[in-house]
Amino acid sequence: MTTSHSFPSTRKRRASTIAFRVGTYLALLLVLGPALWLVIGIVGRALPHFSFGVLNQALTPEGGGIENAIFGTLILMIGVFVIAGGIGVLAGLHLAEYSKPRKSGKASGGLLRTASDVLSGFPSIVLGYVGYVALVLGLHWGFSLLSAWIILSIMVVPYIAKATETSLRQVPTNYREGAVALGMPEGYALRKVVLKTATPGIVTGLLLAMAIAIGETAPLAYTAGPLPTSTASFTLTHHAVPYLTYLVFNYFDLSSPVTAKYIAYDAALLLLVLVLVLLVAARLIVNRTQRFSEGRHN
Amino acid sequence: MAQVMRRAQGARRITTSFRNAEAGIWRTASRVAVLLPLTALVFAVTVLAIKARPAIVVNGWGFLSRSAWNGGQAYATTVNHIHGVAVPTGASYGAGPLLLGTAEAAVLAVIIALPISIGAAFALTERMPKWISQPLGFFVELLAGIPSVLFGLWGILVLGPFLATHIYPAIADNAPNVPVLNFFRGRGAVNGEGLATVGIVLALMIIPIITATTRDLFAQVPALPKEGGEALGMTDLEVARKVTIPWVRSGIIGATALGLGRALGETIAVAMISGAALTHGAYNIFGTFGTIAAAIVDELQSSATDATGFTTATLAELGLILAIVSVAVNLFARFIITRSSKIGAPLGA
Repeated sequence: MTTSHSFPSTRKRRASTIAFRVGTYLALLLVLGPALWLVIGIVGRALPHFSFGVLNQALTPEGGGIENAIFGTLILMIGVFVIAGGIGVLAGLHLAEYSKPRKSGKASGGLLRTASDVLSGFPSIVLGYVGYVALVLGLHWGFSLLSAWIILSIMVVPYIAKATETSLRQVPTNYREGAVALGMPEGYALRKVVLKTATPGIVTGLLLAMAIAIGETAPLAYTAGPLPTSTASFTLTHHAVPYLTYLVFNYFDLSSPVTAKYIAYDAALLLLVLVLVLLVAARLIVNRTQRFSEGRHN
Repeated sequence: MAQVMRRAQGARRITTSFRNAEAGIWRTASRVAVLLPLTALVFAVTVLAIKARPAIVVNGWGFLSRSAWNGGQAYATTVNHIHGVAVPTGASYGAGPLLLGTAEAAVLAVIIALPISIGAAFALTERMPKWISQPLGFFVELLAGIPSVLFGLWGILVLGPFLATHIYPAIADNAPNVPVLNFFRGRGAVNGEGLATVGIVLALMIIPIITATTRDLFAQVPALPKEGGEALGMTDLEVARKVTIPWVRSGIIGATALGLGRALGETIAVAMISGAALTHGAYNIFGTFGTIAAAIVDELQSSATDATGFTTATLAELGLILAIVSVAVNLFARFIITRSSKIGAPLGA
């Protein structure tokens, strides 16, 4: 960070420095302003009509609330947490501990890491459509919880793997050396020392992945189904799952039921709150643990 | 007593043997898990290719340029057979406007997002006290997590109507009637749905990604060259243009390509704000249009009602195109980023 001041030789140069400074702050304002506007816009539409009754009434064709969508979203989240969490953490473990960096050439990992990176940028609607073609139609599961779990999990595994890998790489080397010096078996040391130390980072990754998963709409429309009045249950196949994002997407301009747009606003508000809670929780964990970790020297 | 000792020893032996085997369990389990992303990618592309084959055969190369979106007779009461594929009578599909719309929206988003992101990254790294820049930086990262459906809702209810009332008419009335700029003339929908609003909302969605990456890159540029530039009497702008940006240029290109990939595949927000046109592109920058991703989600119902499965196959073809494009863009981005992370010196200097 520079602290010295430049010496513009002419008025024009001084003006350009000021213009540059003003320009950068204006850019920052253009990033932050719309975000605040978005939050105010959604809260401002939802709050005036909000009543807590909405939270414990299921949605019917005549109206009602968003209770079933809340439970559907939570059920989706639980499954993704278990499936993607398990696979993602193990995949990250492999990328950090078992795939040796190549001597020359790419940073490390090669094909498998590249595949994970590419998958994290893969359009979610296409994944959803694959789920529709292969699972909903192909395996005759219909719109179902299981197909939604699988597709959402595939979607967020790269994020969890990345967070796990980064977190494992930040475990101080002398922790591992200490474990070896104490004569711990390799796997035991991995579980009790390395993974345990990396847990906060892994949990952060899981929380971010959950935030992504509950905010998805497009892949869910093709797997969990476009049937928001369905009941929330753990039925694995042949039963569409209701979820919050579809209510926002579909109900905001629906003419029937008459309360449709308020249902959409309420779902949007709840979604915003859920996602912000997950993201802030993830951030708090990072802040609390970062100072003990190695590998971040800035 | 001896028996207790023996039992304890036995228990210890079991624990020890488990602990010795544990490394192998972790290794094997993680080796299986790490295969998932690659398997999923290969599986996805294969499934799409197989499903899309009938549509590719019938639609031909013209699919990429033609503008048509007609499902033919509903519920496929009469069916034609083209190249051995059952097609509802009157069905005709072409994705020309959708391909164009996808490219237009994504490029527009990047054009808007890039300067703002770089400017904001400068504001966050240069001469801003840490106690302000850190919370603001966190806020920018938060933005990346806001669900796209909320961007869509805000775009169609708040931002779109605002722009259509207060901003767009002024631009449209003052744009000169010359090539390129005449694309800015004309009116769009009163609620603002159309290309311009989609571009702005997509830009807002990719700005956090580019800003956060660029900020981290700027933070890595050593202070000495920057201070050297200032010692030579360079203005802040000159230091930014001649030292800081060239130092991390390829990283910025990589981050921008990642943002482009995200914009190409973005679905729900576009489906809500674009006006969901399937057969025509935007007539002017404010006009309604469609993208591949938005079309796939919008056509869910018509795919379900086409008994021949031809609509489903055509959507798979669309998905395949989008998958190939975004994998290519992502590979390009990763390639640039991997290359730049190895090189510590300014590129192109």
